[in-house]
Amino acid sequence: MSYAFRLESVRQRYTGRTVLDLDELEVRRGEILALVGPSGSGKSTLLRLLNFLEQPTEGTLYYEGRAADGERTPLALRRQVTTVFQQTALQKASVRANVAYGLRLRGLRVDGQVEGLLETVGLSKLAGAPARQLSGGEKQRVALARALIFRPRVLLLDEPTANLDPYNVGLIEEIVRTENRDNATTVVLVTHNVFQAHRLAHRTGLILNGRLVELADTAVFFGSPADPRTAAFVSGEMVY
Amino acid sequence: MNGLLGGEIWADLLPIISLSLRVTGTALALCTVSGVPLGAILGLTRIPGRRLVTAILYTGMGLPPVVVGLFVYLLLSRSGPLGSLGWLFTPRAMVLAQTIISFPLVTGLTMAAVQSVDPSFRQQMRSLGATRLQEIWALLREARLGVVAGIIAAFGSIISEVGAVMLVGGNIAGKTRVLTTAIVLNTRQGEFMPAIILGVILLALAFLANVALLRLQGRT
Repeated sequence: MSYAFRLESVRQRYTGRTVLDLDELEVRRGEILALVGPSGSGKSTLLRLLNFLEQPTEGTLYYEGRAADGERTPLALRRQVTTVFQQTALQKASVRANVAYGLRLRGLRVDGQVEGLLETVGLSKLAGAPARQLSGGEKQRVALARALIFRPRVLLLDEPTANLDPYNVGLIEEIVRTENRDNATTVVLVTHNVFQAHRLAHRTGLILNGRLVELADTAVFFGSPADPRTAAFVSGEMVY
Repeated sequence: MNGLLGGEIWADLLPIISLSLRVTGTALALCTVSGVPLGAILGLTRIPGRRLVTAILYTGMGLPPVVVGLFVYLLLSRSGPLGSLGWLFTPRAMVLAQTIISFPLVTGLTMAAVQSVDPSFRQQMRSLGATRLQEIWALLREARLGVVAGIIAAFGSIISEVGAVMLVGGNIAGKTRVLTTAIVLNTRQGEFMPAIILGVILLALAFLANVALLRLQGRT
């Protein structure tokens, strides 16, 4: 088994409306998979399923070969997967306390790794500052450090750099790339930014109206897409 | 009353202050340990009948203390359903009445505080690996301003309360007399200066307790 996730005939409906309809999708271990698509296409819903925050209405989601059961998935498995959300909700506490939160939850010792990670994300000098007073980019870097501190096996990124300046975008992308390369962390990136997908992902897929239109190696996806809708989306011609 | 410090009240001043703090403190502790978790649950879940419970709680926030006193009196009187406990005209009856008065305040304000936290906050704590209990604890910490405000409001309502404690405690010297009932007694007897001094002591205690709670609000 070389995949972290496998989805079979997964449908997600809210009040009768189908927002996600995937016949099959595999997320390979250790890859960066980007899923692009317009807002409201079901990308974030997919991430909530992958993070066991929701249970699919139909179908089965397998994680590491085991059928997952939403929030009833065993805690030890749930704790291997985490998400960095587009709108980060930080605790009313210092940057250091926010980053250490995942360790404290797991009853792990909080020592030098917090400082090390803060240095990685360029926030060492703000370790004692109230996290909620930071800028948008700094908050997002806190969120990334908070997610990486407990060494997740899967990192889910939901539009992690939307509305950020190029400096923060570059910094976050580099951290993600390094985490994937050095720790073989599986990354699923959801974005409507095709350039970011192109820069980061090994494979890229297009989701439209809850359906997976195409999934291919990133070079193929952008260079010679099989589906005309993919070509239109990549070239910016798709109006949505 | 024979002068400011020579009367019956002054000989009993410390026990009165002590009993006031004990009754109010116990009632506050009881309503906090029961009201905060219940408020959190009501704020977090969509259980059937939640609207009804909320309406009852909000009504309870405005419940006249003297009505609570009457209810507890009837409950604990010799012919009442809990008469066999023998609690009427004891500090236990006063604690019970004050707990009933303060419970809706703590529960209702905790519920409102928890509901005001960004809904995605819970999801993000869960995503980081929080168990349900850890999630609720994180949420209560986020909502602490509102939760402590509820406890402060409850404290203020019961430390200054007189109707219910008078009814169920009886204002018995050395047994159930507290600051508020002592003030009433002195005023009725025309002893205004002791009544005023007792009032100042009551205000000072309330102020100090609120300062302590506000520190908790800022630190936790």
